Amino acid sequence: MKNLSIKTIVAIGIGAAVFAILMRFVIIPTGIPNTNIQTAYAFLALMAVVFGPVAGGLIGFIGHTLNDALSYGSVWWSWVIVSLFIGLFIGLFKDRINIESGEFGKKEIISFNIVQIVVQAIGWIVIAPVLDILIYAEPANKVFVQGLVAAGVNIVSVGIIGTILLAAYAKTRTKSDSLTKE
Amino acid sequence: MANEFLNYVERKSPVHSLSGATKLIIFILYSTAAMLTYDTRVLIGLFILSIVIFAISKIRIREVGFVLAFILAFLLLNNIAIYIFSPQEGVKIYGTSHVLFEIAGRYNVTLEQLFYQFNITLKYFSVIPAALLFIVTTHPSEFAASLNKIGVNYKIAYSVSLALRYIPDIQREFWTIAAAQQARGIDISRKEKLGKRLKNVASIILPLIFSTLERIEVISNAMELRRFGKKKKRTWYSEKPFKKADYIVIIVGFLILIASLVITFHDGDRFYNPFL
Repeated sequence: MKNLSIKTIVAIGIGAAVFAILMRFVIIPTGIPNTNIQTAYAFLALMAVVFGPVAGGLIGFIGHTLNDALSYGSVWWSWVIVSLFIGLFIGLFKDRINIESGEFGKKEIISFNIVQIVVQAIGWIVIAPVLDILIYAEPANKVFVQGLVAAGVNIVSVGIIGTILLAAYAKTRTKSDSLTKE
Repeated sequence: MANEFLNYVERKSPVHSLSGATKLIIFILYSTAAMLTYDTRVLIGLFILSIVIFAISKIRIREVGFVLAFILAFLLLNNIAIYIFSPQEGVKIYGTSHVLFEIAGRYNVTLEQLFYQFNITLKYFSVIPAALLFIVTTHPSEFAASLNKIGVNYKIAYSVSLALRYIPDIQREFWTIAAAQQARGIDISRKEKLGKRLKNVASIILPLIFSTLERIEVISNAMELRRFGKKKKRTWYSEKPFKKADYIVIIVGFLILIASLVITFHDGDRFYNPFL
């Protein structure tokens, strides 16, 4: 925590603001009541890959807390923890995906999607329901169904929108050894 | 577009004049108490207390009305979902079954289920006034100072304050981008098919992200120039020093937490059972 760079600190702050806004305004209803495709997680995945695990985790945590507090007046902690978890663990694969190299081809797309699917599956299907039961004593079958649905829609959202965002971001980076000697 | 976030409301009241750090500590104690307990007596006590504090703060109900509407809708849906998925949860928890009337199959209405769902709802109602108050009576820039005061690293506290500072700006920018893209014929409404709609949404988020990255660049350069983070500590312009009232409120807060835990767990169960 001590040697956070200024850029990371600012990325956390601004990232959390964008995360909260996307979570509030850019949701696509799937047709099933109470289950929306959250675009915020696609953005979170991008920030985690660009700025690393600490930024990813804190953007998820602060952004989700602010959104809950500012739009519902109460924070649903079990799901906030999941956002922290997703940002943190996707961020751990920053070097593996190495978006700054400007390469985001088939290989990177596949490894990014494997990472996001595994991380989100654990987050939504295991962590969220277990915490819901521990903190809120909600019925087990209800929270597991909610978790499954959330995992499904968010994996699709990050898979489609997240991949588009990362590909577009990679194009703006200068490729290493992109210069050729004439 | 009924799309506002909750905002700070300026007013003169005893709640406003408390230091932000005090309110943050109380808010944490309060949520902990409400999170751990399922004891109806404690929940009702907490609920009444938070209503009283709400009245003292001079905040009007309609200033937070849109949020209340949200919460009520959410609670209603949640209660229905709980009943559909687990109509016998109350029976399982309280161990007895007083059937009021049958509907079909395992769906009947028992006193236990009603009591259990009443408790879940009460659990929300007991925290919501306190949480709302905390948000509308603490100035955003004082909030960062309070986080730092209770031990959060000041760099992280500063991130939170940046987030609060930039939410309105980024929101405005987001609506501008959305309007511009829609004017170009990019449809994000329900008329579009789901797959196409996802792609169209990406084309609104994309410009937002690039402007965000640029903003990060500009702000971090400005902070770098002002030597942010070179020292171990920093002072806060909007920090309020602790007064006598702050100490009293914090002590009372701790007493309430302890009392609620004792009442809840003295019989070894977090549920209060009136059916035995």
